[in-house]
Amino acid sequence: MTRKQRRLTLIGVAGCVLAVALGLVLYAMNDTIVFFNSPADIQAKGVQPGTRIRLGGLVKEGSVQRGADQQITFEVMDAEAAVKVNYKGLLPDLFREGQGIVAEGILESPGVFRADSVLAKHDENYMPREVADTLKKQGHWQGEANAAPKTQ
Amino acid sequence: MLVEAGHFALALALGLSLIQFLVPLWGARANDPVLMAVAPTSALAVFACIAFSFLALTFAYLNSDFSVLNVVQNSHSAKPLIYKISGVWGNHEGSMLLWVLILALFGAVVAVSRNSIPMRLQANTLGVQAAVTIAFLLFILTTSNPFTRVVPAALEGQDLNPLLQDPGLAIHPPLLYIGYVGFSISFAFACAALIDGRIDAVWARIVRPWTLGAWAFLTLGIAMGSYWAYYELGWGGWWFWDPVENASLMPWLAGTALVHSTVVMEKRDALKVWTILLAILTFSLSLLGTFLVRSGVLTSVHSFAVDPERGTFILGILILFVGGSLALFAWRAPMLKQGGLFAPVSREGALVVNNLFLATACATVFIGTLYPLALEVLTAEKISVGAPFFNFTFLPLIVPLLLLLPLGQTLAWKRGNFLGTAQRLYAVFGISLLATVVMFAFTYGGPVLAPLGIGLGLYLVLGSLNEIVTRAWSKGTPLAAAWRKARGLPRSAWGTAIAHAGVGLTVIGIAATAWGIEAIGSLKVGERLKGGDYEVRLERVIPRVEANYREEAAVLTVFGSGRELGTIETMKRLYVTRGMPTTEAGILTIGLGQVYASIGDAQPDGSIGVRLYHKPLVLLIWIGSLVMAIGGGISLTDRRLRIGAPVPAKAIPPHAVPAE
Repeated sequence: MTRKQRRLTLIGVAGCVLAVALGLVLYAMNDTIVFFNSPADIQAKGVQPGTRIRLGGLVKEGSVQRGADQQITFEVMDAEAAVKVNYKGLLPDLFREGQGIVAEGILESPGVFRADSVLAKHDENYMPREVADTLKKQGHWQGEANAAPKTQ
Repeated sequence: MLVEAGHFALALALGLSLIQFLVPLWGARANDPVLMAVAPTSALAVFACIAFSFLALTFAYLNSDFSVLNVVQNSHSAKPLIYKISGVWGNHEGSMLLWVLILALFGAVVAVSRNSIPMRLQANTLGVQAAVTIAFLLFILTTSNPFTRVVPAALEGQDLNPLLQDPGLAIHPPLLYIGYVGFSISFAFACAALIDGRIDAVWARIVRPWTLGAWAFLTLGIAMGSYWAYYELGWGGWWFWDPVENASLMPWLAGTALVHSTVVMEKRDALKVWTILLAILTFSLSLLGTFLVRSGVLTSVHSFAVDPERGTFILGILILFVGGSLALFAWRAPMLKQGGLFAPVSREGALVVNNLFLATACATVFIGTLYPLALEVLTAEKISVGAPFFNFTFLPLIVPLLLLLPLGQTLAWKRGNFLGTAQRLYAVFGISLLATVVMFAFTYGGPVLAPLGIGLGLYLVLGSLNEIVTRAWSKGTPLAAAWRKARGLPRSAWGTAIAHAGVGLTVIGIAATAWGIEAIGSLKVGERLKGGDYEVRLERVIPRVEANYREEAAVLTVFGSGRELGTIETMKRLYVTRGMPTTEAGILTIGLGQVYASIGDAQPDGSIGVRLYHKPLVLLIWIGSLVMAIGGGISLTDRRLRIGAPVPAKAIPPHAVPAE
């Protein structure tokens, strides 16, 4: 092989790998990305049932109901709307009524959400950032000092 | 008093770093050996000052000196001794201090290995390294001073975040930082080569042990962090594609590529410019990780208290060093003498393919980690890029690399023969394929990816074994002679084979997670929960009170196919000072697999929620990483690295000191 051919081989292989990687990334960007929505966003943006989303907001006081075999339902609300969440599993340590959480799962109908994971904050004086931003936007932010670690 | 002395020592270290930065670089430019000789001396002095400062802070923690703000915020007099020590770096300020301590330690080690590094290169390297030290010392002194006093002194501390009260904290951050910061040395060597405008195989031989050492520590640090998250967070995952985990994975991928490209440079005097660029990028990704974790742009288990001023400062450091080094690269790299090209089918060609795949995989992780941040800034739309994205992009790039790995390892330097190489691997390939088919038949109807992944892992392990065997033994050789020959192989050959076998073990462990079983239920005392072949019975719930927490411990008996295997305890703790609850998982190790249980809240009817997992072969994930790091360590003891680079005869002292 001449020098030129060798160089072309290298460039060709590199180009192929990069093209494949780019294709994968672009495809995955369409398919695997999950949008964050507050309960109000679901109505405002018209999120279709069956869509996978992250839902963030405050757990409504008095809405947590525990059924058999760790079947749990609660409502997640923001200043304008509320969504009922069904979840089977153990809730995170810092899950409390009246506090911020983020749940990931499928929106089953405009007011009902089936979560497969629930994230709460990771220490006592923290609100998930997305939830804090939503509340700020809606003008209901009461300020929490010392935001620190999250979730899971 | 000691606290003030520690603070002063830190300021002194800043002054000395300025000397370490300016004088040697000037000396190298003016070709003045006296000025260049300042480099090692000042590097040792900087290390001494920072070490003193670190000890002063540790002393304040040990004495529970609650007149120091940092101690008040992160310690408690009732905290066990080990967490008083590890708590020093369990917070933002203290961990930054550990960061610069390790940075200075590396500088000091470069300083004492003066006999193996040419003087000019050493002076330039230590000068560049001092620039990094200066930036981070300024950062600590102006925005994150761990020595700030509070008046009046507090009576009691606020305790350490309970999640960090674990032996993991004593091990994970130091290992990780040695890895991250170790790449600063490769970076400094790269910049030194650019400043000098000269780079050759000697440079590669000097840099390689540093890169390899940093890589091995980073591997251990990441694996330790993964195991810690697995048992501490109580939900059984070992990797979450969390942005902060990605922040450590990116330098690891780039560092892995760098470890391989320096081999090519050392053996064949090629890939010079690329290696320099890779060294710069690896450390830039380490800095990016520091920025992501400490600036508050991400929310994660790892984020520290957010302060916009700190984020801006670190962003400044990041831009300065990434931008500065890339500008230097753009300016000087064209002057470096290019090495020769080489045949595509050869060991060096295979290593180029390795670099190509690793760099591309690293780029997909980079995009997945930073895209949500960019999108939020540009459109205010919040998205999450999680496991599905990375499984879809990262895995298709890594799997072909792993398939090619045994081939590349077997190819000869310069001019390889693809068919001949493939022939040497027929048996390995056949056995792995057979094992895959057998596993598939036995688990028919189960997940398809598990047997395929385990087959791939087996192929890697056997391929590495095959490499050693075929180099030492051929038909007709007596076993004793083959064993002698195998022992006589270079340590780097053993290191390579062991590290690659470690990759195979990790792959097997990861693939086997597809066979894992999860069960959730509410149990009263005496009731059972079944998950696959395993079953647990809730025996009793014991309340306990310890020095700094209260807990409810659930005692579970584990049964496997009807036999009693042992008991495990899983706890729900409440750390009193912070009012923060945590869950401690109960784990029973059976062979290489684990039965893992954690409890949730008590129900109104008196039962408690229990989550049960069976994770077959899960320990292989971390054992494999450990084996990889051991392989790196064995390569480090290779004779050609141990004796260091060739130096002019007159420079050899009567007792040659080893490089390490």
